[in-house]
Amino acid sequence: MGSFIQYTLQGLASGGFYALAALGLAVIFGVLGVVNFSHGSMYMLGAVGTVVALDEFGLSFWASLIVVPLVLFVFGVLLERGLVRWLLKLDPLYNFLLTFGVTLVIVDLVKRRYGSSGMPYDTPAGLRGQIALGGLELPTYQVFAALLSVLVCVAVWVILVKTRVGMIVRAATEEPDRSRALGVNVAMWVTPVFGFGIALAGLAGVLAAPTRSVTADMGTNFIIILFAVVVIGGLGSIFGAVAAGFIVGLVEAFGQAYAPAYAQVLIFVLMAGVLLVKPTGLFGSGEHS
Amino acid sequence: MSTGSAPPILETKALTRSFSGFTAVNSVDLTIGEGTVHALVGPNGAGKTTLFNLLTGFLTPSSGTIHFQGRDITGMDPERIVPLGLARSFQITSLFEQMSLLEHLELALASGTGLTRKFWKSVKVLGRFHDRGMQHLEEVGLADRANQAAGSLSYGQKRALELALALALEPKLLLLDEPTAGMGLEDVDRTIELIQRLRHGRTVVFVDHNMHVVGSLADEVTVLQSGQILAQGTYDAVRADERVITAYLGESHA
Repeated sequence: MGSFIQYTLQGLASGGFYALAALGLAVIFGVLGVVNFSHGSMYMLGAVGTVVALDEFGLSFWASLIVVPLVLFVFGVLLERGLVRWLLKLDPLYNFLLTFGVTLVIVDLVKRRYGSSGMPYDTPAGLRGQIALGGLELPTYQVFAALLSVLVCVAVWVILVKTRVGMIVRAATEEPDRSRALGVNVAMWVTPVFGFGIALAGLAGVLAAPTRSVTADMGTNFIIILFAVVVIGGLGSIFGAVAAGFIVGLVEAFGQAYAPAYAQVLIFVLMAGVLLVKPTGLFGSGEHS
Repeated sequence: MSTGSAPPILETKALTRSFSGFTAVNSVDLTIGEGTVHALVGPNGAGKTTLFNLLTGFLTPSSGTIHFQGRDITGMDPERIVPLGLARSFQITSLFEQMSLLEHLELALASGTGLTRKFWKSVKVLGRFHDRGMQHLEEVGLADRANQAAGSLSYGQKRALELALALALEPKLLLLDEPTAGMGLEDVDRTIELIQRLRHGRTVVFVDHNMHVVGSLADEVTVLQSGQILAQGTYDAVRADERVITAYLGESHA
């Protein structure tokens, strides 16, 4: 029973990284129609940025939680304004290739500057050790990471449901052409939404820094799982992206515990299973074009 | 080519759109008289949907011009065309599955007011559109479902919501893309009735394959084939046109 709860917590913590990043991927896909391949490298930049912020600027983990996503927001805005925007009128494949290229450039630049070996990042003071919860000793940092991801996802959810921008982004995410035909100026939201999506991937990276091996290549595996998450949740579904993020995290954690050799395979078995039963994903409407 | 005597609300000149070598709409001169109901018919691939997308700004013409109420709207974005009084419905129902019917109407009503720019405002601001939203839902017989999610509606009800949304934009010209597609007979008759009611004070252009619908509604019919206007006139005149019979039934019947 105790180990069951531990695996659940571990799953929720890493699921939180997936959920945050997938949420960013979903809003970008929704509003721009762009499958952002560079999302994995933004997650990596979030983690590497956290390490660099401490090593070179003496910035604490807590400061990085705010500063690194903000810097990535600005980076996302520049990326959208400078490159992505110019290809929006073309086939979506062009931006997929563009962001793939951006990934290669970013990863190699990071390698050139910081090498390709792991960069250690200590668990921040105050979040070390174990915390006693209901008679169980749980790693404090995992409890923190899981709670914070859930909190941010809920906060984004509330913004999407309760505010006008949320209504517009939801509308534009689900049916961009429909929204434009209702007179909604979708174009106005393209740049901020892209920056916001990138910032979410960056936040996932900051949270991952103390628990993962921080390397220039850490985004490569991450983006593959992330695509599985988005497919399972339903492309274009915001709720689906978050739910599937946590589901995949849990599958991965239990897989690693009970069948370590198949932990990764399980995720793709799950994806194949979902596609067979519901080709549009768990929460996809299937009418997104 | 125009046979209508009403002053034109919409006029295209040599409107053309090509997709990498294939010309979907080829030099179309179309004039829609104000206050008329105009049907666009033609076999699949004749360019009807492309023409709709050009008129509403979802596609940019390769060449030619579009004037709406005397104003050049060629190449304008959809969200700028809508407030001028030109709205459309979609062929495939494209609704926000998780939003309530009333939210749909409120979004449509708010978009014309510039309120969608004030993003920090709470959704409650939309409350001011509540009554008008309900009115439009009543018009199409969906008032009792105002708070349901659109995803829970039947096919016919979704089509009715599409119409309510188009009406909420208060268009002077309403473009309906296959308003009766996929409907059973009963729903088709109800939709015909609905369009007959909402045509008052408006101009309507619609695409439909159902000749019963075309015959009951249209003052004027334009037949498209291979991206070009094949014939234009009243329903009876067009139906008797030999070129049209050939296009629809094939050479052997001509």
